[in-house]
Amino acid sequence: MKELRYDAVVIGGGAAGMAAALELDGAGLSCAIVEREENLGGILVQCIHNGFGLIEFNEELSGPEFAERFEDRVRGTGIKPYVGTTVMDIDVSGGDKLLYCYSAEYGILRMSCRAIVLAMGCRERNRGNIRIPGSRPAGVYTAGLAQRLVNIEGYIPGKDIVIVGSGDIGLIMARRMSWVGCKVHAVVEILPYPSGLTRNIVQCLHDFSIPLYLSHLTTNIVGKDRVEGVEITPLENGALMTEKAFTIACDTVLLSVGLVPENELSKQVGVEMNPMTNGPSVDSRLMTNVSGVFACGNVLHVHDLVDYVVEEARRAGAFAALWLKGERAKLEVRVKAGSNVRYVAPGRVDAEADNKIYLRTLIVKNDATLEVRVNNRVIKSVKKTHIQPSEMITVSLGAKDLAAAAGSPDPVVEIAIS
Amino acid sequence: MSQELVCITCPMGCRLTVGKLDDGGLSVSGNRCPRGVAYAEAELLDPRRTVTATCGVSSADAPRLPVRTTAAFPRERVPELLAAIYAVRIRLPVRRGTVILADALGTGIDVIATRSLG
Repeated sequence: MKELRYDAVVIGGGAAGMAAALELDGAGLSCAIVEREENLGGILVQCIHNGFGLIEFNEELSGPEFAERFEDRVRGTGIKPYVGTTVMDIDVSGGDKLLYCYSAEYGILRMSCRAIVLAMGCRERNRGNIRIPGSRPAGVYTAGLAQRLVNIEGYIPGKDIVIVGSGDIGLIMARRMSWVGCKVHAVVEILPYPSGLTRNIVQCLHDFSIPLYLSHLTTNIVGKDRVEGVEITPLENGALMTEKAFTIACDTVLLSVGLVPENELSKQVGVEMNPMTNGPSVDSRLMTNVSGVFACGNVLHVHDLVDYVVEEARRAGAFAALWLKGERAKLEVRVKAGSNVRYVAPGRVDAEADNKIYLRTLIVKNDATLEVRVNNRVIKSVKKTHIQPSEMITVSLGAKDLAAAAGSPDPVVEIAIS
Repeated sequence: MSQELVCITCPMGCRLTVGKLDDGGLSVSGNRCPRGVAYAEAELLDPRRTVTATCGVSSADAPRLPVRTTAAFPRERVPELLAAIYAVRIRLPVRRGTVILADALGTGIDVIATRSLG
C-alpha cells in the first residue's frame, strides 16, 4: 500500500473540486484531488451545449471548455490529481484523517491529511425514485445517461423519444435528440409550470415544436422487451383524470426528474445531513459537523449554474485553508428558511464576517420581495423582478447587516419571500 | 396577422404579441422593457442559434469531439450545418479552439472544437 500525505484532499475533480483545490494551493497548502473518472471535469465534459461561464469568464462557453480552462489552471500548480481513483473508506477517528483509495494505476493508496473537501457532485433520480408503474423493458434512461451516450460515446439510444420531467437536462436533451435525428414526441411534467429555464423551453422545445404537457403524470410504461409507449394522465386539482389518459407510442423514455447530492461517503464518516437539501449541514464556513471536513458544489445542494458552484467551492477551499492555519468561525448564527423559501444553504452565518447565502423559493412570481429578519426585525429587503423554484437566489450578508444578531443573546436570522 | 413569442432575454419571460405594420415594420406588445422589441425583431427577421454538436474522430477508442459555432448561426440553416459537422472526421490530436469548419456554409461563422483530445 502506497502512503501519501497532504495538508488537504479534495474528493471529486469536477468544477467544485478543482475550484476548491486551487484555493488551497493558492494558500500555500499541499493538496490532492481524487477523481473516480479517467479525467477531470466531472459532468461538464458531457454537457456540450453552451451557456456556461457567463459569470466566471464573462463568455458563453460549452461545458468541456469551462472544464478545460480549470484543468489548465490546475496543471499550472502543485495540485496532484489522482484520476481513475476511487475513495473506498475514510477514517476520521485519529488525529489525521485517512483516506483509503484504489486505482488501476496506483493500486491501493492511503492518504493522510488534516482537511477534506467533499466535492462529489450529485446523481440523477431514476425510475425507482418516482415509481412509474409498468413493465421493465429496455429503453428507459435517465437524461444524463443518454447525454453521455450521445455526446461522448457516440451511441443514439433510440428513435422515438418521450421525456419525463421538464428539468433543464431533459430540455437540453430534447434538443440534442432532435439534432441527432430522433423524433421527440412530448415532454411530460407533473407540475403546473416547467422545472427548467424559460430560455430552454423556447430554444429546446418551441424550436422543434415539441409539446409540453404540464400537470400530466406518466402513469404507465408499456412494452415487453423494448419500450412501446407511455401512458399519460392529466391531473386536475391534484386528481388523476383516468378517463382522459392517452398513450404516446415511443421506443425510448428519458427521465429528467431531479438530482440528489451523492453523499454515501459523507454519511460513512458521520456527516450530518440536511433533509431539505439532501446535502451535509454546514456552518457559515461550509464545514460539516465533522471537524475539518468541508463540502461544496452539488454535493452540498444542487446548483443550477456551474458559475455558482465554482464561487461556493472557492469559498470552501479558502475556509479549509483558514481552518488548517488555525482560524475558526467567530459568531455562528442559525439561518432559518421563512415563508416561501424551500431551503437556505449554508444554514448558518458568521455574524462578524461577510457571508453569501444561496436559497431556493417555493413559488413562481414577478416583482417579489426578499426579506432578511433578525429576531423578527427586517434588516435587509431586496426586490426581485422574477423568482421561480428552478432559479437559485443569492443573498450577501455582511457584519454590518448582522450587527443586531451579534448583539443578541440567542439570535435567529430568517429569510422570507413575499 | 400576429404571432406569440416568449422573450428570453431575461428570466421574466414576457409574452410578446408581434404584428406586422403596413410599412413593413413590427408592432410589439406585452414587453416590459425595450429589449423585448429587439428580441422580437431578431426572432422574426433573422432568428439565430448557437449550435453545439459532436463530430467523429479518426481513433476508434476516443470519445466524440464536441464542437460549437463561434457565433449564433441562422436558424433555418442549422440542419444543413449539422449534416456538415456530422460528415467531419478529425485526426487526433486536436486542441480546444481548433477550427473544424471554417466559414461554415459561407456564413463567415466558424465551427471550433470545444475539447482537447489525444
